Amino acid sequence: MVMMLISRHIEMKALLVALHYTSGCTHNWEEGETKIATLNLQKGIPRTKKTTWKKETKKNWPLYLLCLPAIVLVIIFSYAPMVGVVIAFQDYKPWLGMLHSNWIGLDNFARIFQYEESKQAIVNTLVIAVIKIVVGIVVPVIMAILLNEIRFMGLKRGIQTLVYLPHFLSWVTIAGIMIDILSLDGGINALLHRVFGMEPIYFLGDPAYFRATVIISDLWKNFGFSMIVYLATIVSIDPSYYEAAEIDGATRFQQTRFVTLPSMMPMIIVISTLALGGILDAGFDQIFNLYNPLVYSTGDIIDTYVYRSSLLSGQYGFGTAVGLFKSGISLILIVISYRIAYKVAGYKIF
Amino acid sequence: MYHKTLGYKCFSVVNHFLLIVIALSCFLPLLHLLAQSFSSKAAVNGDLVLFWPVEFNWDAYVKTFRNSNFTGSMWISVVRTVGGTLLSMFVITTAGYALSKEFRGRTALMWFFVFTMLFSGGLIPSYILISSLGLKDTLWALVLPGAFGAYNLILIMNFFKTIPKALEEAAFIDGASFFQTFVRVYLPLSLPGLATVGLFIMVGHWNSWFDGILYMSDTSRYPLASFLQTVVVQNSAQGMALSASEAAALSEQSIKAAQIFISTLPIILVYPFLQRYFVKGIVLGAVKE
Repeated sequence: MVMMLISRHIEMKALLVALHYTSGCTHNWEEGETKIATLNLQKGIPRTKKTTWKKETKKNWPLYLLCLPAIVLVIIFSYAPMVGVVIAFQDYKPWLGMLHSNWIGLDNFARIFQYEESKQAIVNTLVIAVIKIVVGIVVPVIMAILLNEIRFMGLKRGIQTLVYLPHFLSWVTIAGIMIDILSLDGGINALLHRVFGMEPIYFLGDPAYFRATVIISDLWKNFGFSMIVYLATIVSIDPSYYEAAEIDGATRFQQTRFVTLPSMMPMIIVISTLALGGILDAGFDQIFNLYNPLVYSTGDIIDTYVYRSSLLSGQYGFGTAVGLFKSGISLILIVISYRIAYKVAGYKIF
Repeated sequence: MYHKTLGYKCFSVVNHFLLIVIALSCFLPLLHLLAQSFSSKAAVNGDLVLFWPVEFNWDAYVKTFRNSNFTGSMWISVVRTVGGTLLSMFVITTAGYALSKEFRGRTALMWFFVFTMLFSGGLIPSYILISSLGLKDTLWALVLPGAFGAYNLILIMNFFKTIPKALEEAAFIDGASFFQTFVRVYLPLSLPGLATVGLFIMVGHWNSWFDGILYMSDTSRYPLASFLQTVVVQNSAQGMALSASEAAALSEQSIKAAQIFISTLPIILVYPFLQRYFVKGIVLGAVKE
């Protein structure tokens, strides 16, 4: 569930950024309007006068009531598990429960740095996640610029329709296709053999190729979707910049270099900053469906390690400690990244 | 007039070619899958199938729909997707409407919700919670934990904020309560926004596989995505339910392909709507600015 939460977090981020940039203007303008309006409307209570809790509840109780279902769900399914992280400090035994298991302090955390497997998982996570983040920003930016050069609208729209599609397929589906076409006698190896005369590569079973396979397939799945935001930014650039550059004799490449890229910079910076929070998130859904014991050395990541060490091997306390280690660091990074994004570009979560 | 330079023309040709190839690469794997599902065993095992069925037949589909494990899982997926989306939308729209207004404690409440996207208890505590609530092996385990999403809340809240206040005032003057304004003014006016978020939640539910594997102890209770995971990734022969004679006539890969394709079909069907609402919403918004 954690992994799913986080992956949704990443995919929604692009959308949110876009919305902030596109609808930000109207909001401020409207809020300015509403403040005046609410003064005469809200049953005679001027906004400036300090309202007491009693009056506030009497007036706005429906609003509190409307929030109630969400509050209840969040307390049970989000905050209760947060209390549950105490088992990271226990030698948790399911039959003893949270209250009676032995407290062992930071032992579980110390073990993270003693086990070869967990250290390797942390390294793999960092390597895979960092490359994914970098590639996942550079390629969509380039693709957006290239796509914008296609003048024929029908073709442009057709390409867009196709490249957004993989984002909505589940990793189970994609893994199913990949396992088939990336096998030793599968389509990709046959193609490589025919064109380059290469020996078959076991993409999903060779530690030397596994990371590249993961990174490229993730890029394939998501570049189109990540591109939307950049395309929207390019479309919103004032055409007079290009006209002026053209009069000054700029080539199309120079126009891209000195007009398009600088205009995209704020968006690129915000997205890069926010990506910082995902640095320990290498993609559970993907790795879990693609990896196997042959590639643990380069492909096992924190999330998959947590799953195996806790739910499969029964080390619940240890698994929780690894998970807490990850989400703790992620929390710090996310807070820092939001602060930077706010300082640099005025980005707000809500 | 850069269009007319030789350099740009060369670039343009290469660019068109490159983008068309990339675009096709996003779609051809699915076509390959579809072709495999309609091909004969000999053709599939001999790697003769590319993007067009060889020795066309329906057998893999007939077999798949006769497999009660598959159809059972599909039904579970339908129920969780419909039920889960409705529940999510109810929770998110009600809270989103309230939070789009100004009231005491709004900021604190907002942080209370937003914190859930910054930090989570993790896999094991969630698992222990679901077990101790007795939700394991029930549909509630698939629907309740993800029913509230802070990102979706923020999206919906922002949609509600763009609705002109004058409409709400008019409703208030006519004597409408908060609830009536919500149902009669806000919900109908933010339909495109609700559709976007709703479709996203639906796709999320349909594709969600890990919670099924985590919370269901018996494969017969798996939703389709989890079932597919066991067949396709864990290579469980059970999911195929092939008798010896059928195994002789049908390629496993054809059946896998058919199962993957059927489970992807709903996504492909809603995809045009997703794209219309979602992509255009963003792009148009950007152009206006």
